[in-house]
Amino acid sequence: MTKRSLVIALAGNPNCGKTTIFNSLTGARQHVGNYPGVTVEKKEGFVRYKDYEIKVIDLPGTYSLTAYSPDEVVARDVILEEKPDLMVNIVDTSNLERNLYLTVQLKELEVPIVLALNMADVAEAGGIEINYDLFSKLLGLKVVRTVGTKNEGIEDLLEAIIWVAEHKNQVSSRTVRFTEDLENVINEIVENFKNDVAFANWNYPLRWTAIKLLENDKEVVKKIKSLPAGERILELVSRKQEEIQSLLNDDAEMAIIEGRYAFIRGTVKEAVTEKGINKFSFTEAVDKILLNRILGLPIFFGVMWLLFQLTFTLGAPPMEWIESGFTILGEWVGSHMQDGLLKSLVVDGIIAGVGGVIVFLPNILLLFLGIAFLEGTGYMARAAFVMDKIMHRVGLHGKSFVPMLTGFGCNIPAIMATRTLENPKDRLVTILITPLMSCGARLPVYTLLIAAFFPKEVAGNVLFSIYLIGVLLAMLMAKVFRTFIFKGESEPFAMELPLYRIPTLKSVLIHMWERAWLYLKKAGTIILAVSIIMWGLFTFPMVDAQGNEFESAAEQMEQSYAGRIGKAIEPVIAPLGFDWKTGVALVAGFAAKEVVVSTLGTLYSIEDEEALTEEEDTTVKSFAQRAKEQSGYTPFTAYVLMLFTLIYVPCMATIAVIKRETNGWKWPLFTAGYTTVLAWVICFVVYQMGTVFGAV
Amino acid sequence: MSRTLKDLLPGEKAKVIKVLGNGAIRRRMMDMGIVPGVELEMERYAPLGDPVEIKIKGYHLSLRKEEAESVVLE
Repeated sequence: MTKRSLVIALAGNPNCGKTTIFNSLTGARQHVGNYPGVTVEKKEGFVRYKDYEIKVIDLPGTYSLTAYSPDEVVARDVILEEKPDLMVNIVDTSNLERNLYLTVQLKELEVPIVLALNMADVAEAGGIEINYDLFSKLLGLKVVRTVGTKNEGIEDLLEAIIWVAEHKNQVSSRTVRFTEDLENVINEIVENFKNDVAFANWNYPLRWTAIKLLENDKEVVKKIKSLPAGERILELVSRKQEEIQSLLNDDAEMAIIEGRYAFIRGTVKEAVTEKGINKFSFTEAVDKILLNRILGLPIFFGVMWLLFQLTFTLGAPPMEWIESGFTILGEWVGSHMQDGLLKSLVVDGIIAGVGGVIVFLPNILLLFLGIAFLEGTGYMARAAFVMDKIMHRVGLHGKSFVPMLTGFGCNIPAIMATRTLENPKDRLVTILITPLMSCGARLPVYTLLIAAFFPKEVAGNVLFSIYLIGVLLAMLMAKVFRTFIFKGESEPFAMELPLYRIPTLKSVLIHMWERAWLYLKKAGTIILAVSIIMWGLFTFPMVDAQGNEFESAAEQMEQSYAGRIGKAIEPVIAPLGFDWKTGVALVAGFAAKEVVVSTLGTLYSIEDEEALTEEEDTTVKSFAQRAKEQSGYTPFTAYVLMLFTLIYVPCMATIAVIKRETNGWKWPLFTAGYTTVLAWVICFVVYQMGTVFGAV
Repeated sequence: MSRTLKDLLPGEKAKVIKVLGNGAIRRRMMDMGIVPGVELEMERYAPLGDPVEIKIKGYHLSLRKEEAESVVLE
C-alpha cells in the first residue's frame, strides 16, 4: 500500500522543548544541513504513522517572526515558500503568555496549526489548570497536551496532525482581531491589494502582508517595492501609520504587538486558572546561589573549569589511543606494501590524514556533552548573564566565553561551540577571534623553544606572556571587528533565563552525535583533502634534476615544493628574523601547529625527532646549537617565532571548521588572511624594536 | 526625567508606559512582552552590576542596562 505523504513544520520558542518533541517524533531518522546562504541550521526528520509518511521540518527556535533575525526570516520563509501541510506549534505551558505570542503570528500566516501544550507536567505542578476545550475554541486551534521529556502525548499529537491534515477546510483560519481603529486600517490596505492586478499572483496572505507593512517589515517592504504599484502602496501604508500614530498615540508597530498581547491576555484569563503556587520556587532558590553577587562569579569559573577538564583532561587518553591506533595501522599497512610512492601516499597521506580528522572526536564529543548539559539545564543562559558585562565591553556576548575558553584546549571544538550564540554577528566575531586563543597544539612549540633558548627561571613568565598576548589580541581584534566590519546598531541581548530542568539523556546524546557527525562529514573531508595536498608538497619532487635520490631527509625537504615555498617567502619573513628553514616550518604548521618544531628538527638533521618533543636535554641542546648556527637564532628570534606561531593562520582543521560553521569560504579565508597579516605586523614591530634596543 | 527600568531596584515593581528607540532592540523587547501596561519586577542585578534580571508575564528575562534604559516606567 502506498503511503500518503505529509510535510509538517515545528515552530516554537527557544526552551519550549521543541527539540525533545522533534526527537520523540523522528527518533534517529534525522538530517541536519544548512539553509542556503545563511548560517541557520536546517533540521529535518521522518516519521511513519498509520498510512502516513510524515516529513518533519524543525524550524529554528524563535520568539517572533520579524525580519530582524535570520532565524526568524528562515522560519517564516519555510512556512510561506515551502508551504508545509500544517504547522505544529510547541509552547511551554508554564510560560503561556509569551509563548502564545508566536502562535498568534503563526495564525497570521493562515496555515493550519496544531498547538502542543508542552511541559504540561511542570505547569500542572505549578498550579496551572487549563480548560482545553475552551482554550481550543478561543484560539481556533486543535490543542494537544504533551510532555516531551516523558514521551507523553506524542501519539495524541500524531493523531491531531492527521486529523487536521484530513479536515483542513474545517479548520478555522480566523486570525486574531485587533482594535477597531487598527482593523479599519488593515482592511483598507487589504481592499487596496484586492483591487490591484499586481496582487493577482501575490503568494502571501493579504492580511499578513498588510500587517507586516504597517510593522515596517523590511523584507515585505522590499517585495512590495518591486511591484508596479509598489510606491503607491507604500505611500498609503505610511499615511495609515501616521493616522494610527495620531489616533492611538502609539506607532503602528507597537499597536500591533500590543494587540497580539491583549488577545493572549484575554484568552489566558478565560481558559487558564492559576492556583497561586509559585512555579519558580525551585529555580528562584537555585538562582539565589548561582547568581549571587558574591558567589556567582566563583561558581561560574568553577563550572567552566569543570567543562575544560571534562573536554581536555578526560579527552586526552582516547586521543592518544586514536593516534597510536593510526600509527599502528600505518605501520601494519606499510609492512604489507612495497616501498614507493603509493605506500607513502597511503601511509603518510591518507592514513595519517584520516587519523588527523578522527583525533579531534573525543574533544568534540565531550565538549558537546558538557554544552548540551549546560544548555539543557538552563545554566548556559546564567553563565552569559554573569559574564556579559566583561565580554560586552569588547563587543562580545556573555556566551562568547565558552568558545574562547575552550580555544585554549583546541580551536576546533571551540569554534563549533559558537553555535550557542544565537546572534549571527556575535557568533561571527567570536569565531574570528577564537584562533587567537593559544591552543594545546601550539604549546609543544613554545616549550621546546623555551627549553632551548631560555633559562629555567624565566621559562614560566615567557610562556605566560605568550598566552596573555593571545588573549589581549583577541579582545583588541573583537573591538576592531565590531567597530569596522560589523558596525551599526548593536544586537539585542534580551535573553530568557529559563526554569532549571534536567535534560533527557536521549536529547544530550543526539546533540553530541549530531555535532560529531557534522564535523566528520563537513569539516573532515576538507581536512583530509588538505592533508593529502600537504603530503604532496613535502613529498615531491622525490628525485633531483638528474634523477638521483636525495641523500638525507633534510635535503629531500629542502628540495620539495614546501622547501621551495619556504625559500620563496624568505624575503618576506627576513624582516622578522626568520630564514627559509623557519619558512618551511611555518608552511608545515598549517597542517598542525605542533609540527613547526619537528619540521625544523628535520631540516637541522636531528635524527631523533621524538626526543625533541619529549625535550630530552641533549637533543634540545643540539637543536639550539644548530638553530643558532644555521638560522642565526637568538633567544629573541625564538620569542618572535613563538609569537608568530601563536598568531598566524590557524591550522587547516580550524579553517575547515570555520568554513562549515559560516557556511562559505569568505570567513575562513578572511581569518587566514587577517591572522597572518597581524602576525607579520606584530612580529615585525617586536623584532625591529628588539634590533634597535640590542636584544638580538 | 521619567523613570526607566534601569532605575528600578531589586524587589521593586512597576508598570511599563513606553519603549523608546527603534529597530531590532526595541522590537525584540516588545516581542518578549515588554509592552505598555504590563507589570514587571526587578529581580536582581548580575554580580558585576550589568545585565539585570526582571520578572515579566510569568517568566524571567535578562536585559543589558542600555536596553533597560529605553523602557519608560510609570
